[in-house]
Amino acid sequence: MMKKNCIVMMVLVLAFAFLPGCSKKDTEAPVTTGPVSGGVLVIGRGSDSIGLDPAHEDDGESFKVCDSIYDMLVQYKEASTEVEPGLAESWEQSQDGLIWTFHLRKDVKFHDGTDFNADAVLFSLRRQFDPNHPFHNVGGPYKYWVALGMNNIIQDIRKIDDFTVEIELTEPYAPFLSVLAILPFAIVSPTAVEKWGEDYSAHPVGTGPFKLEQWSRGDRIVLAANKDYWGGAPYLDRLMFRSIPENATRLLELESGGIHIMDDPNFEDLARIRNSDKLDLLEELGMNVAYVAMNTEKKPFDNRLVRQAINHAVNKRAIFEQLYESEGQIAKLPIPPNMFGYNDAIQDYEYSPEKARELLTQAGFPNGFETTITAMTGARPYMPDPTKVAEMLKADLMAVGIRANIETYEWSTYLSRVENGEHTIALLGWIGDYGDPDNFLTILLSSSGAQKPHASNIAFYRRPEVDQMLQDGVHATERAAREALYQKVLGIIHEDAPWVPLAHTNQLKPIRKEVHGHKLHPTSKQDYRKTWIK
Amino acid sequence: MFSYTLRRFASMLPALLGVSLLVFLMIHLAPGDPARLLLGKRATPELVTKIRTDLGLDKPIYVQYVLYLKRIVLHGDLGTSTHSRRKITTELGERFPATLELTFAAMILAIVGGILLGVLAATHRGRALDFLGMFSSLAGVSMPIFWLGLVLILIFAYGLGLFPVSGRLSPQYDISLEKLTDIAFLNNFYTLRTVATGNWTAFWDYLRHLVLPAVTLATVPLAVIARITRSSMLEVLHQDYIRTAQAKGLSRRKVVFKHALKNSLIPVVTVIGLEFGYLLGGAVLTETVFAWPGVGRWIVEAVSKRDFPVIQGGVLFIATLFMLVNLLVDMLYTYLDPRIRLG
Repeated sequence: MMKKNCIVMMVLVLAFAFLPGCSKKDTEAPVTTGPVSGGVLVIGRGSDSIGLDPAHEDDGESFKVCDSIYDMLVQYKEASTEVEPGLAESWEQSQDGLIWTFHLRKDVKFHDGTDFNADAVLFSLRRQFDPNHPFHNVGGPYKYWVALGMNNIIQDIRKIDDFTVEIELTEPYAPFLSVLAILPFAIVSPTAVEKWGEDYSAHPVGTGPFKLEQWSRGDRIVLAANKDYWGGAPYLDRLMFRSIPENATRLLELESGGIHIMDDPNFEDLARIRNSDKLDLLEELGMNVAYVAMNTEKKPFDNRLVRQAINHAVNKRAIFEQLYESEGQIAKLPIPPNMFGYNDAIQDYEYSPEKARELLTQAGFPNGFETTITAMTGARPYMPDPTKVAEMLKADLMAVGIRANIETYEWSTYLSRVENGEHTIALLGWIGDYGDPDNFLTILLSSSGAQKPHASNIAFYRRPEVDQMLQDGVHATERAAREALYQKVLGIIHEDAPWVPLAHTNQLKPIRKEVHGHKLHPTSKQDYRKTWIK
Repeated sequence: MFSYTLRRFASMLPALLGVSLLVFLMIHLAPGDPARLLLGKRATPELVTKIRTDLGLDKPIYVQYVLYLKRIVLHGDLGTSTHSRRKITTELGERFPATLELTFAAMILAIVGGILLGVLAATHRGRALDFLGMFSSLAGVSMPIFWLGLVLILIFAYGLGLFPVSGRLSPQYDISLEKLTDIAFLNNFYTLRTVATGNWTAFWDYLRHLVLPAVTLATVPLAVIARITRSSMLEVLHQDYIRTAQAKGLSRRKVVFKHALKNSLIPVVTVIGLEFGYLLGGAVLTETVFAWPGVGRWIVEAVSKRDFPVIQGGVLFIATLFMLVNLLVDMLYTYLDPRIRLG
């Protein structure tokens, strides 16, 4: 990767030496008037979607396209993780918190012209919920539904009348609406699923602002505007998602106007993008966290003092500045600051090798100890260079007398090892699915997540008090009560220090200046309804 | 000739069997569980087990191999991608036309350019032209494709704006292009499709998209062909019959192109065949730099996702092609030199 970057840099240096001024040929943009209808917005991204059936997919590239094709019963508000009405115009919850009744919009049609109604909602959810549904075994596993344990949360899904649906839960579940707002809960056209069966993921039909027009595999997906969209027709005529695997090519396409928006810019190109008179850089804090987990089942990390010492020993700012190029935020807690329940009153462990040594002495390790840092080989969205992070950690630990070896593994082997608790110190991260702290804390730091060989809590941090509070957080219906609970839980976790939280990364989106009205969403949902091109 | 061809076909079978076994073993012994990679971090143990069973990964490896062979031989079925759940043959049909068109364009450039350069160098042996030709072909062989591709984009696409940066068609043509048939394989031959529908502006746009990747891809074969042509020509130019032809007073052009070139083409054709085979295998780097949706990128992406059926099917397909191209080259020999008898 490093070598490749060097080559790209060399090429750029050469080009700019030979072609002075070639990047500055565009003139100043005229003064903005108002939104203009029409045009094709071209989005350049790293690879193609795998499939477009939202219940089956779990990869970002598929979701990016599904975001425009489908709607859910409820949706996230603009730039917020709060929910607002979607295909359901209103809803109510029973006193005991178990029964949710959704009143559906009556003016909605699917892209194939069929009606959206209670039957469609039942079909979309029951095919995932009911093992006896005729389409339960069509199209592969329902990964999200299974992973979120929806069959333990939902008791039944019923039709009351053509435009009213009732969902009964097994017990009160506070994040329910947030969960319903994510893509696996999108409403699909039953007629289309019945028609295409296994091949539905190549012929998606939803109610969203855009509909599939063309899919040339490995190359591009074209969506055409749904002029009858219930939320008002989008400004754009079409969206085109082009797969351009090489970052340098993607940026050159953007600069020369071949595409309007690009995904995943290289950190080292950001200055060039910011300085460009043709480009803007959209930034929004992502719903993610990168962390160093200490395996609390293994000595000496079962000792809280040792874990606190390591929190003092790690120079997070240096890692953040050097490896994250200061894009995003240094993390002090396991959830990002844009999520409710975040406790900003908690002070992060200050970087202090002296304090670290003191704590190590108190813990009975005045001369430090030997340990191993396990890291994955390739970049992850929350960690641009895990091996370098491991090297910097190693140096920080060495400074307080802890002698660490580094072990690296390819991603899938790495996951199997850390999820089976075969590590002492390991690097990992999490990208939230829905805007609720439960989606981070229960998965990453509760006993229920610490089940080998598929643990998601790879610190194997178990504290009954925390488990109980997290359960209460899920069952409580009052938002203020939940917020207080999560703030308290975060305090306990901070004290126990099973992790060194490292960073929350930004979503970065270079975009051409002629594109307007495009906003990034904390959940990474891609919304082109209000986007227009001048 | 017929029996020779038949025998060659028969001899391909054990070779293909070997290739399939090798690929099968390699991907199954490499680290990384496809079920885990398919399900990602949200996998539950039950789902991982279910997927492993669905994919047949719970069976002993030799059983998996036999089942795989049985499916190919009995049903001509290369399997289904574990990720997209689509037939390998369908996906291959969508990707291969892009690779084939790019390969053809690159090979035309490489053959014409390489032979010309080789002939010029040979006929000007020891002089500046020879030195220049051989120096540039050495540069061609040693230039990193990835770097060259980016430089070409920077200068000719980004800088001078002569060509598009990447992709196969500009958005406006992409959308308006009529379908030729409902068969994706045929539709994806954009040359055919644009010409058959008489859409000449789209055809022109496609050619413009083809230039930079084709030039990038052509550099290595062009250089190799030039060097082989030169040395082969030099050998032939010293033969008695060339001296005779010259003595007869034939024009130099006639001597070089009619008498010498044809006879020095045998090793050149071998090299062309080999290079053509290599390029068909997917020019991964060129396809990546120019966002060209071909077979090479498809297989490399499958490797990173451990999409076993795609890797197996893709490699087997390429191996078959490679062997077919070589067979074709051997048959060409008899045309070039009637003294060669196949059999």
